[in-house]
Amino acid sequence: MLKLENICFERDNKKILDNINLNIDTDKFIAITGPNGSGKSTLVKIIMGIEKQDSGKILFEGKDITNLSIDERANLGIGFAFQQPIKFKGLTVHDLLKIASKRNITKKESCDILSKVGLCANEYVDREINGSLSGGELKRIEIATVAVRETKLTIFDEPEAGIDLWSFNNLIEIFEDMRNLIKGTTLIISHQEKILRIADEVILMKSGKIAKIEKPEEFLKNNIEDNTKCCKINKKN
Amino acid sequence: MEELINKVDENLLNEITNYEEIKKGAYNIRKNGQGIERKVTENVNIITKQDKPGINIYVKENTKFEFIHIPVIITESGLTDLVYNDFYIGKNANVIIVAGCGIHNDHHKKSQHDGIHRFFLEEGAKVKYIEKHYGEGVGDGKKILNPVTEVYLKKGSSMEMESSQIKGVDSTIRETKGVLEEDTNFVVSEKIMTNGIQTAKTIFDVQLNGDNSSTHVTSRSVATDESKQYFISKIYGNKKCFAHSECDAIIKDKAIVTATPEITANNVEANLIHEAAIGKIAGEQIIKLMTLGLTEKQAEDEIINGFLR
Repeated sequence: MLKLENICFERDNKKILDNINLNIDTDKFIAITGPNGSGKSTLVKIIMGIEKQDSGKILFEGKDITNLSIDERANLGIGFAFQQPIKFKGLTVHDLLKIASKRNITKKESCDILSKVGLCANEYVDREINGSLSGGELKRIEIATVAVRETKLTIFDEPEAGIDLWSFNNLIEIFEDMRNLIKGTTLIISHQEKILRIADEVILMKSGKIAKIEKPEEFLKNNIEDNTKCCKINKKN
Repeated sequence: MEELINKVDENLLNEITNYEEIKKGAYNIRKNGQGIERKVTENVNIITKQDKPGINIYVKENTKFEFIHIPVIITESGLTDLVYNDFYIGKNANVIIVAGCGIHNDHHKKSQHDGIHRFFLEEGAKVKYIEKHYGEGVGDGKKILNPVTEVYLKKGSSMEMESSQIKGVDSTIRETKGVLEEDTNFVVSEKIMTNGIQTAKTIFDVQLNGDNSSTHVTSRSVATDESKQYFISKIYGNKKCFAHSECDAIIKDKAIVTATPEITANNVEANLIHEAAIGKIAGEQIIKLMTLGLTEKQAEDEIINGFLR
């Protein structure tokens, strides 16, 4: 459903992405992992249209989306959860869920989706999405805004980043249930063993290239035994 | 009094309040410099001033949860309307007052309304004051509004003021003054949007004269095109008190916003804070909404509407 052909991206004479070719099938849960600076975030931002590749082509369900804007890609069915959720003065959680769902959803519907991401809905639905919310709360709201869209392809840019261990343990349960919550294909950047373990495939990126694509059992076996080989997998959780 | 409300008037009234709601409590509607409809209630009396244009509004002590509407509409081009309205709120009364001015100007001369409102709250009184300003019309005649609000709070009283000017006012100078005695609280929240070559100037002056008096002044504004806004906030902490003043502005195009905070502590127990932030819409906010399927323009509108709500 998603095909990347010869994607290259260079900044300050450094190759961030070096000729990436990738095919992702429908209804898969794919994890992308790899050391910092290996190009993971840039790659997913290019898929969403947030960054523009220097060269290469992106096909989504057979359609060439290379030159489409972010919103055009969104309307074709691509969703994106940010690593650092964005705050808005004035917009409430319910407002954002209404925008995301593209219809006038009721507060009850908003509450239902918030409950699915582990938030006590009534306390949050009318809250402004501002600095008064904690990192864990913002992450859950961010997940709710992509989940409510029921997109064909949903991208998560390192959902565990910036939240404490306690919040992460709760969050992991949500991801374990992800296949029911998020429809279609999921592409998730993560360093967490629990997330890699539930993936259909794990893509390892190194120095702007795809180093390998493996089944999680195989990947974890190879990499946890000697985590200095390629990237550090966090086993704690 | 003769009923003179036509469709244009009704639309203006609906922009600044809800015409049907007005009639549920005491009210006084002023049109083109004259009172045209009035209703008093058992607890709220409205009397025309004899020495100058305007009215006195008297709220009996212990009045609970009554609405008072005093809207002003101007549909005559070239009119300058100056009005003095004084509100006397009795002990422990709790009322909601809705005011505001709507100007419809289809012609070339300027239309101007200068409303001077003074509020005298007795001990323990509570007032929520909502004020909305609005301008419309196809003419190039200027629509000018210069409201002055003075608030005097006696021991244990509190006032919450919400003012907004979202559309169509060419020039405004808004002055709000508060004088607070012991155990009082004055909360002001202001929302302004300017476009074209409109100008808006806001001046707050709050004197915290009593122990445990507090104020929270918030201004959220959006300035677009070549419009100009000035925000001046002066807060004086003269006793053990607390004040928080916050100015948040979104700027677009060639607009100019100036924020001048001034907090003066005249007492060692005064705790005064001022925050001011002016900037364009964060690019990441627009990108986030675009990832939810909105165009750049739709994203910007959602962000501004939310910010000014």
